Amino acid sequence: MNFDFSDEQKQMRDEARKFLAEKCPPKAVRAVLDGNAPYDKELWKGLAEMGFLGIAIPEAFGGAGAGHLELCVIAEEMGRALAPVPFSSTVYLAAEALMIAGSDAQKQKWLPVIASGDAIGTLALFEGKGNPSPSAIKLSAVAGTLNGVKKPVPDGAIADFAIVAARTGSSGRDSDISLFLVDLKAGGVEVKSLTNIDPSRGQAELIFKNCKAEPLGAAGEGWGILTQVLDRAAVLLAFEQVGGSDRALEMGRDYALDRIAFGRPIGSFQAVKHLLADMYVSATLARSNCYYGAWALSTNASELPEAAAAARISATQAFQHCSKNNIQVHGGMGFTWEFDCHMYYRRANATALTLGSLSYWEDALIDHMRKRNAA
Amino acid sequence: MNFDDTPQEAAFRAEAKAWIGANAPKQYEEELRKSSLGRTALKNVNMLEVAKAWQKKKADAGWACLHWPKEYGGRGSSPIERVIWQQEEGPFGKLSGMFIIGHGMCGPTMMAFAGEEQKRKYLPPLAAGENVWCQLFSEPAGGSDVAGLRTRAEKKGDDWIINGQKIWTSGAHYSDYGILLTRTDPTVAKHKGLTMFFLDMKSPGVEVRPIKQASGQSDFNEVYFTDVVIPDSQRLGAVNDGWNVSLTTLMNERMSIGAGVSTGFPELFEFCSSLMLEDGPAIDDRGVRSKLANWAVKASGLKYTSMRAISALSKGDRPGPENSIGKLVAGSMIQDVAMYALDLQGAAGVLSGPEDAEVAGKFQAMLLRAPGTRVEGGTDEIMRNIIAERVLGLPGDIRVDKDVPFNKIPTKGRA
Repeated sequence: MNFDFSDEQKQMRDEARKFLAEKCPPKAVRAVLDGNAPYDKELWKGLAEMGFLGIAIPEAFGGAGAGHLELCVIAEEMGRALAPVPFSSTVYLAAEALMIAGSDAQKQKWLPVIASGDAIGTLALFEGKGNPSPSAIKLSAVAGTLNGVKKPVPDGAIADFAIVAARTGSSGRDSDISLFLVDLKAGGVEVKSLTNIDPSRGQAELIFKNCKAEPLGAAGEGWGILTQVLDRAAVLLAFEQVGGSDRALEMGRDYALDRIAFGRPIGSFQAVKHLLADMYVSATLARSNCYYGAWALSTNASELPEAAAAARISATQAFQHCSKNNIQVHGGMGFTWEFDCHMYYRRANATALTLGSLSYWEDALIDHMRKRNAA
Repeated sequence: MNFDDTPQEAAFRAEAKAWIGANAPKQYEEELRKSSLGRTALKNVNMLEVAKAWQKKKADAGWACLHWPKEYGGRGSSPIERVIWQQEEGPFGKLSGMFIIGHGMCGPTMMAFAGEEQKRKYLPPLAAGENVWCQLFSEPAGGSDVAGLRTRAEKKGDDWIINGQKIWTSGAHYSDYGILLTRTDPTVAKHKGLTMFFLDMKSPGVEVRPIKQASGQSDFNEVYFTDVVIPDSQRLGAVNDGWNVSLTTLMNERMSIGAGVSTGFPELFEFCSSLMLEDGPAIDDRGVRSKLANWAVKASGLKYTSMRAISALSKGDRPGPENSIGKLVAGSMIQDVAMYALDLQGAAGVLSGPEDAEVAGKFQAMLLRAPGTRVEGGTDEIMRNIIAERVLGLPGDIRVDKDVPFNKIPTKGRA
C-alpha cells in the first residue's frame, strides 16, 4: 500500500505551482473578473505548451498520456491559483466525455485540439434550476436536430464545441437521454453570456434552434455516460477545491501573523488560532477524501461513484469553510474588492454548484453506500 | 497511489489471517463486534482476563506489539504490517484497550530512557500482557497545563520519596506499573524542575481510588502517594529533564495512529438503514441523508488521513502534529452522532432499560463517554492550539508563568 503521490507526481506539482505563480498572479485573475477579457488567453496557451491541457489524453490523440493522477495534481494547482481559464469545462467535462464515449473520428477531431489549446469544450447539461436528473432534460433531439435551451453552461460563451444532453424518448426511463456533440461555430446555436457569482469563470445560455448535431455514444445511453462524466469531473474539481482551500488557509495564516491588534499579532489570539486550526482540519479531511477519489479515478475502480461523491462533498465544504473564514480573519479588509479574499469566496461558492448542488451529491453518496452495504 | 498489498504484505496478511483464524477467542466475537465506545465490557466474564489471555497467546506466537523490536517482546514490523494486523484482528483488537497506554506510551518511553537491563526485564512481560502499565501525569492542578503538577519527589540517599496526588489515571486500578512525572525542583520555572520515574503500583504508600464517571463506569482513578519510595535506578532521563522525557511519551501517543478512532458513524448508518419513521425508512428521508452524508465524509476523511500518515511513516517520516486531528474530529462527531441517533428515536430515545437498550443504550453509552474523548490526551482546545502553533506556525499562547519559579506562581484566580 502507498497512499500518496509519487515523487515524479510531486515534482510535476512543483512545476505547475511555479508556472502558475508566474503566469497567473492574482492580478491576472482580476483582469478576467473585472471583465477585461473572457478568459486569460496567454495563460491558456502557456498551459497547452506545458502539456497540462492534454495530460490525461492518450498520446495517440495528441495528449501527454500521463494519466489521471497527474491531472489531479494539476487540478489542485489550477484551483490554488484560481486560474481564469476554461480548464474544468474543457478538460474535466468535454475531454472526459469524449474519452468515455466518443467515436474514433470524434476523438481524432477534438482531443488533439483540446491538448494543443486550440479548442475549448463544455458540457451543456442544465436547463435552469435544479440538479442533474433525466427528467430535468427537456431539450429535444429529433433526427439529429436539437431544439431547446441550456443554462447555465460553464464557459459556454467561449466554447468551440459542446457535449449536449438531450431527450430522445418519452418512456420516463434513463434511456430517454442521449448525448450529442455540437460544433458551436457551425451555426444553429445562439449564445448569451450570463452574469454569475464568479466572473473569473463565465456562464452562458445556449439556445438551440433546429441545430444539427452528431450523436456522442449510443442512443439512449446518455444518462449513463453523463453520470460517469460527472463522477470523474467531481474528483477533479474536488482537487481544485482543495487547492483553493489550502490557499485561502495560507492567506488567513499569513495575515494573522502580520496584522497587529491590541499589541500582538492577531494569530496569537486563541479565537483566531482555533478558526485557522478548523480550516486546516476541513482542508485536510477533504484532501484525504480526494486522494481516495484520485485512486478510484485513476484505476477506474468500482468504488469511483462513492469516492467521487465523498470527495465532492468534503471538498465543497472545505473550500466554502476556508474561503469564508479567511475573510473573517482579515476582518474589515476581507470583504473589500481590493483584497483577494473575495475571489476565493466567489470561486468556492460557484464551484459548489457547477456539478449540481451539495444535496445532489449527498443523495448520491448515501445511495452508493447503501448499495455497497447491501452487496 | 495504490491500496494493493505488495507480495511481502500479502504474505504477511495471509499468515496473520491464518493464525488469527485458528487462535482468536471466537466465543466473544459477536459481542465484541457489537460493542462500541462506552460499551466495550464483556458480559458475564472478566474482560481483563480474556484480554490478558489473548495478548499472551499473541506474544507466544510472535504477534504482540508488532512495531516493537524483537528483543523487547515485539516483532519489528513495519507500520503497514501493523495496519494489516489490525485489519485482520478486527473486533478482537478491542480486547487490547487496556494495553494501549502501556504499549503505545509507557513502553516506548522505557525504550528511550531505561537502562538495557531494565528494558529486558520489564518490556517483554508488558508486551505479553502479563503486566498492565499506566501513565501518571495529570493532576488536579495540572490537566491541560501538565507542567503545573505538584507531586514532589525528594532525594534521600539512593532513593526518591514521593508525595502528592494524580488524577484521571486510566486503568490504575488494574495496573502493575506506571510511569510517573514529578516535581524535583520547585525553585526553577515549571518545565525545568520535573523528573520522570517508573514504579511498581503495589509499592507501599500508593493508594488508587476509582472515579465514577458520568457514564456510571469507572475507567479512571485518583492515585495518592504517601512517602512512596522509588529507587534512583528507576529514574527515566536526567534529574529535572522530565519535561523532555514526557514529550517523548506524548509524541508516541500520536504514533498510535491507525488504531482507528471511533466516530459512531458505522453504528448510525446501520441504525438509519433499519429504522422506520412515520413516512418510511429513515434512510429515505432527505434530512437524514444529508446528515449521514456529512458525517460519512468526515469518517472517510479521517480514515484516509490516517492512511496518508501511515504511508509517510513507512517512508521514514516521523509522526507529526498533524495527526492530532483524529481525536479532535472524532470526539465531537461521536457526541453529535449519538445525540442524533437518540433524537431519531423521539421520546423513546430516553429509555435505557434492558429491553430498550439495544439501540438507545448503545448510543447513550457513546453520548456519556464522548465528553471524555474530547478531554483525555489533550482537550479539543489544546489540539487546536497544537495544530495552529506546530502545523500552521502561529505564535504560541502567552504564558505569563513561563519564566517564573514554580513556587512563585499564583495558585488562585481570585483572592
